Amino acid sequence: MQDNQHTLSILVDNEAGVLARVIGLFSARGYNIESLTVSEIDQATNMSRITVVTSGNEKIITQIKQQIVRLVPVHSVVDLSLGEASVEREMALVKVAGVGQKRVEALRLADAFRAHTVDAAVDSFIFEITGRTDKVTQFINLMKPLGLVEASRTGIAATSRGAEAVHAE
Amino acid sequence: MAIKATGAEIILNVLKDQGVDTLFGYPGGAVLPIYDAIYQQNHINHYLVRHEQGATHAAEGYARSTGKVGCVLVTSGPGATNAITGIADALLDSIPMIVITGQVGTPLIGTDAFQEADIVGITRSCSKHNYLVRNVEDLERVMHEAFYIASSGRPGPVVIDVPKDVQFAEYEYTGELVNEHKTYKPIIDGAPDAIAEAIKLIKNAKKPIFYTGGGVINSGPEASEALREFVELTGAPVTSTLMGLGAYPASGDKWLNMLGMHGSYEANMAMHDCDVMICVGARFDDRITGRIDAFAPHCKKIHIDIDPSSINKIIQVDVPIVGDVKSVLTDMIKLWKAGNCSKTQPSLKPWFKEIDAWRARNSFAYNKTDDVIAPQYAIERLYELTKDQDTYITTEVGQHQMWAAQHYKFDEPNRWMTSGGLGTMGYGLPAALGVQVAHPDALVIDIAGEGSIQMCMQEMATAMQFGLPIKIFILNNERLGMVRQWQQLLHGERYSATYSESIPDFVIMAQAFGCLGLRVSDPAKLDDTIKEMMAYNGPVLVDVEVEKHANCLPMIPSGAVHNEMILEDVLADVEVSDAGKRLV
Ligand SMILES: Cc1ncc(C[n+]2csc(CCOP(=O)(O)OP(=O)(O)O)c2C)c(N)n1
Ligand SMILES: [Mg+2]
Repeated sequence: MQDNQHTLSILVDNEAGVLARVIGLFSARGYNIESLTVSEIDQATNMSRITVVTSGNEKIITQIKQQIVRLVPVHSVVDLSLGEASVEREMALVKVAGVGQKRVEALRLADAFRAHTVDAAVDSFIFEITGRTDKVTQFINLMKPLGLVEASRTGIAATSRGAEAVHAE
Repeated sequence: MAIKATGAEIILNVLKDQGVDTLFGYPGGAVLPIYDAIYQQNHINHYLVRHEQGATHAAEGYARSTGKVGCVLVTSGPGATNAITGIADALLDSIPMIVITGQVGTPLIGTDAFQEADIVGITRSCSKHNYLVRNVEDLERVMHEAFYIASSGRPGPVVIDVPKDVQFAEYEYTGELVNEHKTYKPIIDGAPDAIAEAIKLIKNAKKPIFYTGGGVINSGPEASEALREFVELTGAPVTSTLMGLGAYPASGDKWLNMLGMHGSYEANMAMHDCDVMICVGARFDDRITGRIDAFAPHCKKIHIDIDPSSINKIIQVDVPIVGDVKSVLTDMIKLWKAGNCSKTQPSLKPWFKEIDAWRARNSFAYNKTDDVIAPQYAIERLYELTKDQDTYITTEVGQHQMWAAQHYKFDEPNRWMTSGGLGTMGYGLPAALGVQVAHPDALVIDIAGEGSIQMCMQEMATAMQFGLPIKIFILNNERLGMVRQWQQLLHGERYSATYSESIPDFVIMAQAFGCLGLRVSDPAKLDDTIKEMMAYNGPVLVDVEVEKHANCLPMIPSGAVHNEMILEDVLADVEVSDAGKRLV
């Protein structure tokens, strides 16, 4: 069985400690976390969505899903990587410092990647870039020789294509 | 109708409304309000243990021998951390348990206050669920929810951490029971198509076998009834894990004895050679499977389990059925009868002929001599002399535990209490207390090792205080025998730290606690000593001096396959692979 990357969308009750429960399960059972995002999605129903990118063979992924569902505050787990019907995006703030030719080149690449300039000083920029993870990574790598200071990434937000909600009621 | 109550009173009200009349606990500053409320009521009996670990094991014994939820009350910090072992034990053996821990007042949480420990953090991975109740308004709901979660689905321990100010605060008590949860919804009934597929496999099987586990016990006595009926209908042989003993009677003609690392030759060989395996409420633990890639290679596997995460976790199965054992077996019986399956089934005679040949190896046989008591002989005699009484057995952990499982015969469920998943030395004595509380007139015996008994021996004082006439039956080999056995087998007979030079005089120790202490070393006097133990109306400790170097056999060494088991005492000559040595 082959290891593959899977994006899991986990709908949870937004109670104290719920994130620790989910994350603790990954570390206790030795599963990977490659990316993690958490946010409240609906204040009225008090629910949050945790999006985890993990990897493993089919058997491990099934086991991960079943272990997560077993946690009491978890409503549902959906594997967005089954089929190709999902959209995944990540945002990063990329700080680059430099002058002269490097500065011009950084601006040119930012433009090519459709990154926005959200802060500019005479010797530095902050770019905001949104896109698939590999695109964000590529942009950050390109900035390295041009004076990359640091990059702050959000982790992945994901949903399924089409009119249906990921977590059907 | 709602009444005004303090947090402490709400806790006791919920316990009462949940039918709880027994609480095992130990007081301290952070639970004083609850203890004060206990003092002022009379529907709950509180049993004061001598160490919080004892309270948790007592609650486990109580729960496992009754099917009810075992309840524990301890204080914050060290009280709660002392309870961790029992919480972890209950999680691995799926025992329904509520543990109420006191916590420092909410304004002090997070300040490293006196006796503060992050119990919700500490128990997150060793409880089924846990709560920190910061507001008294949530207390009643949380308590009822906790009982529902602990006792339904795959049972387990639930921890409720209650800060001291919440125990003092007042709120309305409504008395409404909770029997559902927004997100937690255990599956009870098995999928009909999976059940139908399973029946088809079983009815065409030439070499079927039932492999049953603790899930049958947890599902209640009716599940054991259903198992017995289904076994009769199908005619298939039955083996069980350590946790499942008693679900199918040891006196039944389809019984193959326990399977696994120290299981019988016939059970393990039949598991290896079967063509259809029906796993009922068991979870393919590593003590059962041996080497995974060679486990039961020729069969179709059916797995009935209430916990979806148990399915395909270790062993890939062909027909998974998620559901409660009782419900699923009842449906299977109906379908079997409706299809007249018994009539069209192939004959199982050739299968039982093979099995009888394995049985003839008599794999639990041992050396009996006139001058030393063989540990197996001690269990055999204990069984013969107690079998006609209302008897419950608990154990500690080690060789004595395995010998008890091999040589004590259980015909009913809920009679056998042992720490299977966690393997906790120190479990047996407090567990016996819990059993005795639930069954005051029964004969409750802790089969112990001299090592294990020293882990929770202070609970003999609890036995005295509450007049619990438990019997502690120590197989004293003056060794941490099970570890010594592994050292003999796997570590070149280098007996590192498995012999204690100072073992207490158990007879004097028993007397110091006010119990009766007996000692026997002559096989000819064993029966009389056991009878004396049984006749005494109070707690008794019997120090049985047994053969010191006996090994627990048969044995499937780690990393070996079922049909490679060691039958005779030739341990020193056994080759164990390096990969096997790395396994526990
Ligand atoms: C709390 C705990 N610590 C350590 C162990 C490891 N262990 C397993 S069996 C055993 C020896 C038990 O000795 P004893 O109670 O005398 O039983 P015997 O094997 O001699 O019958 C030990 C140390 C354990 N299971 N539990
Ligand atoms: Mg010993």
